Amino acid sequence: MTDIVIKNLPILVVLCPLMMSLIVVLIPNIFLSWLLTFASTFVAFIFSILLYQEVQIHSTISYALGNWAPPLGIEYVIDKVSIFPIIIITLIGFLTTIFSSKMMPDEINETSISKVYSLWLLAIAGLIGLVTTGDAFNLFVFLEISSLASVALVAMGAQKDKQALVAAYNYLIIGAVGATLYVIGVGLLYGITGTLNMADLSERVVDLKNNKALIAGFGFMIVGIMVKAAVFPMHIWLPRAYAYAPSAVSVLLAATATKASLYILARILFSVFDIGDNLIINTLSYIILPLSIIAMFAGTIMAVYEKDIKRLLAHSSVAQIGYITLAFAIGTKASVAAGFIHMFNHALIKGALFMAITSISFYIQKRVTLSNLSGLGRAMPITFFCFVICSLSLAGLPLTAGFISKLYLIKASISADGLWIAILILFSSALSVIYLWKMIEALWLQQPRKEIIIKENPTIYISLLIITFLNIYFGLDASFVVDSSTEAAEKLVGVSK
Amino acid sequence: MISSTIGIWNYWIVFLLMMIGLFLVIGRKNFLKKIVGLTIFQTSVFLLYITFGKIKGGTPPILNNAIETVYSNPLPHVLILTAIVVGVATTALGLSLVLRINSEYGSIEEDEISAQDLVDYHDQIETSKKIDTKFIQ
Repeated sequence: MTDIVIKNLPILVVLCPLMMSLIVVLIPNIFLSWLLTFASTFVAFIFSILLYQEVQIHSTISYALGNWAPPLGIEYVIDKVSIFPIIIITLIGFLTTIFSSKMMPDEINETSISKVYSLWLLAIAGLIGLVTTGDAFNLFVFLEISSLASVALVAMGAQKDKQALVAAYNYLIIGAVGATLYVIGVGLLYGITGTLNMADLSERVVDLKNNKALIAGFGFMIVGIMVKAAVFPMHIWLPRAYAYAPSAVSVLLAATATKASLYILARILFSVFDIGDNLIINTLSYIILPLSIIAMFAGTIMAVYEKDIKRLLAHSSVAQIGYITLAFAIGTKASVAAGFIHMFNHALIKGALFMAITSISFYIQKRVTLSNLSGLGRAMPITFFCFVICSLSLAGLPLTAGFISKLYLIKASISADGLWIAILILFSSALSVIYLWKMIEALWLQQPRKEIIIKENPTIYISLLIITFLNIYFGLDASFVVDSSTEAAEKLVGVSK
Repeated sequence: MISSTIGIWNYWIVFLLMMIGLFLVIGRKNFLKKIVGLTIFQTSVFLLYITFGKIKGGTPPILNNAIETVYSNPLPHVLILTAIVVGVATTALGLSLVLRINSEYGSIEEDEISAQDLVDYHDQIETSKKIDTKFIQ
């Protein structure tokens, strides 16, 4: 029995939420549908841990879907690179499901809750599938599963604020254009290589250097994925979609959705194409590097001037995505590892910050803006404590997870002769302190506008506490994150450098 | 030169449709027209894939015993079948969102909607400020 499970783990981790989403939609009971969602995300998390152990032994697991052998059939690949985002997605999915148990009934009417949980599971399944699949076209299908489900989830925010509909609409249109661009790229590559399997593709593109169709196909793929990953200037959909989605959905999307796309970006840049290639070197240094640096500053400055807190955090996400793509753009082994470290830590940090803010909006029953935050820190000490820890982590103070990612990022950029990049990173982190301080000042130092007595609900703050604890834990003992991302980076760029 | 340019006319059609679709998505302010543009854009990609799969003189890929039969590649067709399904789902979701937007805002013109949104956004910020000052007194 356990043998069969172990053998089929790569598909089970996708199927577990996917199949459960079909069951959950039929269940009218709120608690039962939540329980099933919780169970399947928990099982998916256990599966991803088991997969992590398997990967430590076998290094690469290739799973032939339906027993059709890889280059022709669809292959699922779990290796030291892809296990990393899988753990992020399943861990955050599991924690946000606990968090959602109180949030969902508050924001969404009873009849649609089970449908929302069904979409929730579909989004998670799509993201996991996106990371596991080794087939370029299958990737498109999962991309669309996850993004259509996320669009519908964002639109559910309309029961509180009608702007969610426009946000969802923009997300849908921009996302669909991005996905279609990706399909054009895959089509062009298929036209000249005759294969859709990524591993096979990477062998065949070597002989096709300077082929115009190859360059065009590469360009289309990269742009399509960059739209999904919200790399500046294709991030327009992100702030609104995150700001007007229901609370739990904001947490889930902010922590996981762009991470999967960023992983795909890294995979296409380094694994399908070769980093030693002129095409990739030029793309990295003339397109992705400048865009990431602009993203770092544009996102931070937008956040400084923003008054609506959820939007503020979303703008800050754009800046943080800039750090990750910047790390990829430097293109050395150490910097790609730093990119993966920040991917993991940012999922923890942004997940926790969104959790803290949305639980504040749950207690005060209003959209959280800077002015109605005043004095709330005293009324809800636990939420405030977690919020401060994670803000410090975002700014990159020592003893928190954010410090580790900034440290490795700066070390990597200095060792790649990019002292100016390191200075820019430090400068933009310093800018981010401005908006974090504005929030903390409002929460703690300003006078409360009336005596508010709030009883904090343990089902809400338990996952916030867990994720904050992880922020501190990975700041003190980063060996898991650092080791596995170094291994991932070695697998991606180690061969050619 | 000319013959080779005309000879790949289906690529020109793909290109034309793609640009028309993309222009509609970017240039139009009407939410419904954007979806029309998106559908045209996706259709152009379907045509692109079908063109890849076609071989001159190729037969449908059905096994027969005649020697030297040239088959057209069936895989792009199958891929496009999947892409069509995804496209239909996208269009359906988009249209239902447009319906909801129309019933909430009473308009599907981007300009009018963003004007309403901007007023709402400033209202939110302002009202929370007002409450603020009232309580501090």
